[in-house]
Amino acid sequence: MTTPLVVTKRMTEFPADSHTIDRYEETGGYEQARRATGMSRDELVEEIKTSGLLGRGGAAFSAGLKWSFLAPSRPSYLVINADESEPGTFKDRQLLERDPHQMLEGIIITAIANEVHDAFIYIRGEYPKPARRVQAAVDEAYAKGHLGKGILGSEYDLDVMVHLGAGAYICGEETALINSLEGLRGEPRLKPPYFPAAKGLYMQPTIVNNVETVSNLPHILAMGAEEFIGLGHPLDTGTFMLSVSGHVKKPGNYELPHGITWRDLIYDVAGGIPNDRELKAIIPGGASSPWFVPQIHLDHQITKDMCAEAGSMLGSGAVIVMDDKTCMVRAAERIVRFFAHESCGQCTPCREGTTWMEMILRRIEEGQGRAIDLDLLLDVSDNISVGLGWPPKMTTICPLGPSAVSPVLALRDYFREEVNAHVELGGCPLRPVEVHA
Amino acid sequence: MSHWSEATQERAREIISRYPQKRSAVMPLLYLAMAEEGYLTNEGMEEVAAWVGITPAQVQAVASFYTMYKRRRTGQYLISCCTSISCMLLGGDDVLHAVEDESGVPHGETGADGLLSVEHVECIGACGGAPAVQVNYELIEGVTPDKARDLVRWLGSAQPEVVNTDEMQELFGGVRSFDWAIRDESGAVGPYPAFQPLGTVGSEGNA
Repeated sequence: MTTPLVVTKRMTEFPADSHTIDRYEETGGYEQARRATGMSRDELVEEIKTSGLLGRGGAAFSAGLKWSFLAPSRPSYLVINADESEPGTFKDRQLLERDPHQMLEGIIITAIANEVHDAFIYIRGEYPKPARRVQAAVDEAYAKGHLGKGILGSEYDLDVMVHLGAGAYICGEETALINSLEGLRGEPRLKPPYFPAAKGLYMQPTIVNNVETVSNLPHILAMGAEEFIGLGHPLDTGTFMLSVSGHVKKPGNYELPHGITWRDLIYDVAGGIPNDRELKAIIPGGASSPWFVPQIHLDHQITKDMCAEAGSMLGSGAVIVMDDKTCMVRAAERIVRFFAHESCGQCTPCREGTTWMEMILRRIEEGQGRAIDLDLLLDVSDNISVGLGWPPKMTTICPLGPSAVSPVLALRDYFREEVNAHVELGGCPLRPVEVHA
Repeated sequence: MSHWSEATQERAREIISRYPQKRSAVMPLLYLAMAEEGYLTNEGMEEVAAWVGITPAQVQAVASFYTMYKRRRTGQYLISCCTSISCMLLGGDDVLHAVEDESGVPHGETGADGLLSVEHVECIGACGGAPAVQVNYELIEGVTPDKARDLVRWLGSAQPEVVNTDEMQELFGGVRSFDWAIRDESGAVGPYPAFQPLGTVGSEGNA
């Protein structure tokens, strides 16, 4: 792992004060934003398109392309999605707490590239400390004239405001986030017609970008698109942050080049499985993603395309590792419970389906399962995600409901015997749940 | 006609002025209403409605959508135990049970003396430091059932005016998602997020 760090470099080298504007500017901070004030919209969009930077929020869509879709009417808005809530994901929290100015510089660059004069940072309500750090950074940037009227000595005006969420995972979906910011229930909007780039915040063209995505921008301008491409895999440029949790010796956030294997990640980077246990399953890209198993996927490379070919996704880069003592029914139930709890309730297949799936999984785990329950689960799942493929054919406005199907697919494909054992035994064969000291 | 304190009213005016459209201020104003009364009352929602020019029913529709707007009386300390997948894998359920047992407050409830509320929550973004607990949304990572009992006892005996994340992490925490590195001097004064623009932090500054 000799690839240089990008978004976590400053916080690694200067842990004590990487969040301050003084340290930020001493290490080259705001130079690229200053340069950007003299660049045209087209130049900026082109540079980011060339860099191949993909959105790091989960959808992995080209950031430059997203910008190029922005409709011409004005005003336009920028919303930074810091509503990080996907189970397993905690990378943006680190970027917000430890290097908030890096994100602010990315916001300035994005604003100029999209003719935006009002930007909002939507931070989940359960992140008060990250919100305080970001607010302190925003205040420092205003005090220095890097935000506000005539930023960085230019003619450009830019206001940035921090908005707190209030405990709804669905607000991480960009149109739900926009509704929430408008003071409405965080229910996703139908696309079309409500593509944010055309009809976003207050029905105006809006860019919604993830924290890690914009945090990369100053570096891309500094090193140039070519060098950025060289850091990663040819199809997946740059580095990316992986949040590793569950049964590993060294959980944490790791900034890595795309293209290492799952084996390298789990056994080398994250130190392997504690207590010499065996690896049983990997959730590769957050709770929404279909699971991987070591016998098939361990030597696959970690890239967007390899994950897609294998029927899953890299998503938000949240890797959850489960050892051989873990009950797969219980794990599936816990993930489905999440989606049932977070369903906004607009679409019947999701609202009703996720609730039923949770109940069925719970009864299997608690020994009340019936032989037909797995088929029943798959039938309910099929009503949310037609044909049970990946990416899903959705019967819903947003992907939340279909995400709840992912653990059920794992039970069908890899752990059918374990489900049946629950039914035959009238209880969980892996109880009591063993927890590491 | 406002029932709010002069300081809260000033804060409300300032917040509203910062958004392009008034209605966007609903969420921060709901937090102000909670800070004013300790939880979200009908009167609080009516007040928010008057400030942003929508009906109380519209405000209630928003408030009921989000889990952090507490519409029932909430304790001075809200203990939120994560039991989502990564915390569950490392014993989050045991931590929750320890908190319930030690406090005598089942999840979703508030103790009779109004000191503690206990809830289990979905992922709070601390998976690398599982199992995680928050007190008034201030985080503690790497909590064990024994440490969780200590935490409950400490809240009962020390009854800190300001709940500070670094202090609690040192006393009751363990493995963290990443190196926190920088001490945070501010903290929460009630069961709502401590954030300067809302006026809900216990002490100024962010060292």
